[in-house]
Amino acid sequence: MSQSFDEITTQLKRRHRKSARLKWLSMASLGVALLFLIVFFADMLNKGLPAFQQAMVQVEVNYNEDAETMGRAALEPDIAPLVSRSFERLIPGMIRDNPDLLGTTETRWVLTNSDVDQYLKGHRNELSEDERAAIDERVENEQVEMKFNTTFFTHGDSKMAERAGIMAAAVGTIMTMLVTLAVAFPIGVMTAIYLEEFAPDNRFTQAIEININNLAAIPSILFGLLGLAVFINFFGVPRSSPMVGGLTLALMTLPVIIISTRAALRSVPDSIRQGAFAVGCSRWQVVRDHVLPLALPGIMTGSIIGLAQAMGETAPLIIVGMVAFIPDVSASFTQAATVLPAQVFTWAGEPERAFVEKTAGGILVLLAVLIFMNATAVLLRKKFERRW
Amino acid sequence: MNSQVAEREMTPMTSQRAGQPVTRNEQVNHDLSVRVRDLNLWYGENQALHDVNIDVFQKTVTALIGPSGCGKSTFLRCLNRMNDLIRDVRIDGLVEMDGRDVNEPKMDEVALRRRVGMVFQKPNPFPKSIFENVAYAPRMHDLVSRRADQDELVERSLRDAGLWEEVKDKLHQPGTSLSGGQQQRLCIARAIAVQPDVILMDEPTSALDPISTATIEDLMDKLKQQFTIVTVTHNMQQAARVADYTAFFHLGELIEYNDTKTMFSNPYTKKAEDYITGRYG
Amino acid sequence: MQTNQIFLLFCGILLLLGLVAFFLGRAKAARVRGAGISMYAQPDQYAWFTVLATAGPALVVSGVGAFLMLLLGAQIPTTYLLVGSLAIAAGGLAIGVLQIRPDFHARQAIERVIRLLLAGAALISIFTTFGILFSIIFEAIRFFQKESLWEFITGTTWSPGASFLEAAGRAEEGGSGGQFGSIPLFAGTLMITCIAMLVAIPIGLMSSIYMSEFAPHSVRNIAKPMLEILAGIPTVVYGFFAAITVAPVIVDVAGMLGLDAAYNNAVAPGIVMGIMIIPFISSLSDDVINSVPDSMRQGALALGMTNGETIKYVVLPAALPGIISASLLAVSRALGETMIVVMAAGMRPNLTANPLEDMTTVTVSIVAALTGDQEFESSATLSAFALGLALFVVTLTLNIVSVVMIRRFREKYRINDL
Repeated sequence: MSQSFDEITTQLKRRHRKSARLKWLSMASLGVALLFLIVFFADMLNKGLPAFQQAMVQVEVNYNEDAETMGRAALEPDIAPLVSRSFERLIPGMIRDNPDLLGTTETRWVLTNSDVDQYLKGHRNELSEDERAAIDERVENEQVEMKFNTTFFTHGDSKMAERAGIMAAAVGTIMTMLVTLAVAFPIGVMTAIYLEEFAPDNRFTQAIEININNLAAIPSILFGLLGLAVFINFFGVPRSSPMVGGLTLALMTLPVIIISTRAALRSVPDSIRQGAFAVGCSRWQVVRDHVLPLALPGIMTGSIIGLAQAMGETAPLIIVGMVAFIPDVSASFTQAATVLPAQVFTWAGEPERAFVEKTAGGILVLLAVLIFMNATAVLLRKKFERRW
Repeated sequence: MNSQVAEREMTPMTSQRAGQPVTRNEQVNHDLSVRVRDLNLWYGENQALHDVNIDVFQKTVTALIGPSGCGKSTFLRCLNRMNDLIRDVRIDGLVEMDGRDVNEPKMDEVALRRRVGMVFQKPNPFPKSIFENVAYAPRMHDLVSRRADQDELVERSLRDAGLWEEVKDKLHQPGTSLSGGQQQRLCIARAIAVQPDVILMDEPTSALDPISTATIEDLMDKLKQQFTIVTVTHNMQQAARVADYTAFFHLGELIEYNDTKTMFSNPYTKKAEDYITGRYG
Repeated sequence: MQTNQIFLLFCGILLLLGLVAFFLGRAKAARVRGAGISMYAQPDQYAWFTVLATAGPALVVSGVGAFLMLLLGAQIPTTYLLVGSLAIAAGGLAIGVLQIRPDFHARQAIERVIRLLLAGAALISIFTTFGILFSIIFEAIRFFQKESLWEFITGTTWSPGASFLEAAGRAEEGGSGGQFGSIPLFAGTLMITCIAMLVAIPIGLMSSIYMSEFAPHSVRNIAKPMLEILAGIPTVVYGFFAAITVAPVIVDVAGMLGLDAAYNNAVAPGIVMGIMIIPFISSLSDDVINSVPDSMRQGALALGMTNGETIKYVVLPAALPGIISASLLAVSRALGETMIVVMAAGMRPNLTANPLEDMTTVTVSIVAALTGDQEFESSATLSAFALGLALFVVTLTLNIVSVVMIRRFREKYRINDL
């Protein structure tokens, strides 16, 4: 009556081939996605790692009288065009601060300008043949060297690529994130507690829930418009300040924190609540003493992830003016500041080749911080994960 | 193993050959459908089946009974290699059908499942129309080519499953719109539409109400004229009502395999007797 | 400076009063209890109640006062406000202490306040949505008072630049002001979104199929977090990658094929945006595919279907509503994506079907309008809000449709779950 195994197996050949094709195709898709990731990181490392190195040159600084007004006069004429102008500008001030220097000569390592730096890294530059020869000669005499680029980590933005660093942006990021955390964390956790533990199941509660989900999917740039119209134009928060940036990002992070906190609260089994109610705790006592401590790791994880998201956000900050040129570290929540991704954006717009490297370097720092935060969140979750 | 257990527990020992039921009902035909020899199965480190020997006969209903976790469902799933879907499963021993070991590397499990259908504990119709639920697999298998053939096959399968009268006016409604008992009969119709030799039923009535259960029991009785049926059941009355042969499993061992009447009236082993009389399980 | 000092003074005195309230309240409750009278609540709860009675009304009054002054321009001398609210605090303290009686339910009173606070926090998310909506709508209305709505919807020329003359009060000299036909912007947005979806949906969906249906656990455990990394990369970084790395490659490839591509073509941001969205699609689809009950797969396999057939004819159709809803969410995200297009797409409104040309998008125009040196009142600046409104409406609609679809999907399987 029915076919034998061999007959069926023969018929199946074509169908198995089709099935295998789907498998390979789907595997290839995953492969392509991961390949993108690898190419991306390779590209960023390739472009960004050189930013952590900076060419330095050993020069004779001759603190003569001319140098009191024009720093360049302190340097030998053949090397002067290759030294960063930022150093030349410092010389008159040094002499003013310390008049004893006048008339002395000192040998020290100073920054070269970005063209020399790019030349030594093998990139496009605008050095003349003679200048290149001068550099080559000094490299052989070990008077020009690539050194670790401390400037990059200790200075703010600068129009001179060799002098530009991420310090101001890093401080700005920290301050902005402090504002974000201070606003979004309490409000988010309180909202989640209300919705999960207190709210009656009525239309109002449902409206809040739908609203939170929508908020999570609204394009970030619209939060920028909100920040501009409400915080800056209406409440008069200073433009470009960590305050306005932090508030804007806080509203954006709010849904992330609410959603993850609710998930964490929900994962605490009802038996714990019932047990606590049974010994006469009020609802708030149950939440405070029994549910919250158990949900805390989940809440922390969600908040870290939300914060990492906010830290990488740029679009709303552009709208509220946080892409300013900030050469100095600001220490106030109401003064103009910039953040790391905005700094990356600013540098990406600079035409000089040396800034490409700075941009990628800034990106590497940003990515390192984000990966560190996300890894912390994952570890936290792993460590405290509990199966009920 | 089986016989050794019997030897320990019962005297005098009758000459029971491995895999054969202790007593045979001589009225039913005895052509072999599936032959299982020394079947062992491990989930990781845990051995779930120990040296199972059993002969399943064509066009009979064989019921597998035993307490929860005794390995009866696991055993059932060895017959169409559904255990392949679970990780870390190791199988050793012979499951022979149509002269072929179903576990041999050359055996295509898809071809095997084509000949060994299965009905699950919970009805699981596809999220498609009633018609598509039944017609879909035969079309895949090239059993029907013309549209008319397809209509005819669907009608025949639904009739055989006793569902035709109830659904003939709403063939294009989703299968999930039916009641639980109807859904289960739809799943049976779906299984018989591909014309298998063996139908495995894994507690097919445990999620159903008593009336649907009775309908499906009647159906099994009818279907055994065309198919070999192996069913797992928790319900001993059900086994007594529908099965020709009954196998009693305990802790992964086949304790007793017997003609159903004998099993429930005069079981051969002490353990089976204790279980049937309700002393444990 | 003046305001700062007053603020500090207020905080300091309030803190002090709070402390006093706490200890007075506790001492009184302890005394009553010490006298052997049983009380409804613990001494600490009475103490906290007193603190609330002290600080709560004072904070409310000063908050309302500050609000009136700041926003409505009411002329209330700050010293009056300071003294007034502190007096209220002192009054609250007295009332709070008086309230401490054995039959007073201090705990319930505290919990009512806590509950109100929590509900108030929950309201903030609603305020945010309405804040976005109204702030955009109000400014958009001002825009449409100056420019024609019809032209905005149907016009094919977007050149806000000319309107600066108008803002400078020289509208007559410059002839017509700027032109605000948004079609080229939406066309550009749509083009880049389409390219992104062409990359993201097939790759994301297929990856999720591989991970949930074929891949061994070890592969899945590694691949899933790796894909999530793609989602965690900031968009500004993607923008840089698109502009510096991908765009030149596209130009080279197009050159090899004999085509002429602009450096800020639509393909580079499209592809990179697609890459960014892959993990979004794959993780949502993965969830949906995993929530298709296993009994479906087993049912199909038990009928003698191959793995591929089971996926294609049973799993995917069952998961389809969820996959579509994931794709809609992805589209809404691509429409609103800003940094990638700001950095890698063009600035020139360009109505063309050729993705190798430069074109601009809605979000780029919003950024351009708000980062220029224009007067805030000018049409050029306000146009950002009109575009924002359009973006808001479109993304909100997509989100709602997607939420409804995913809810239907979930309900379907709950019913089936007998």
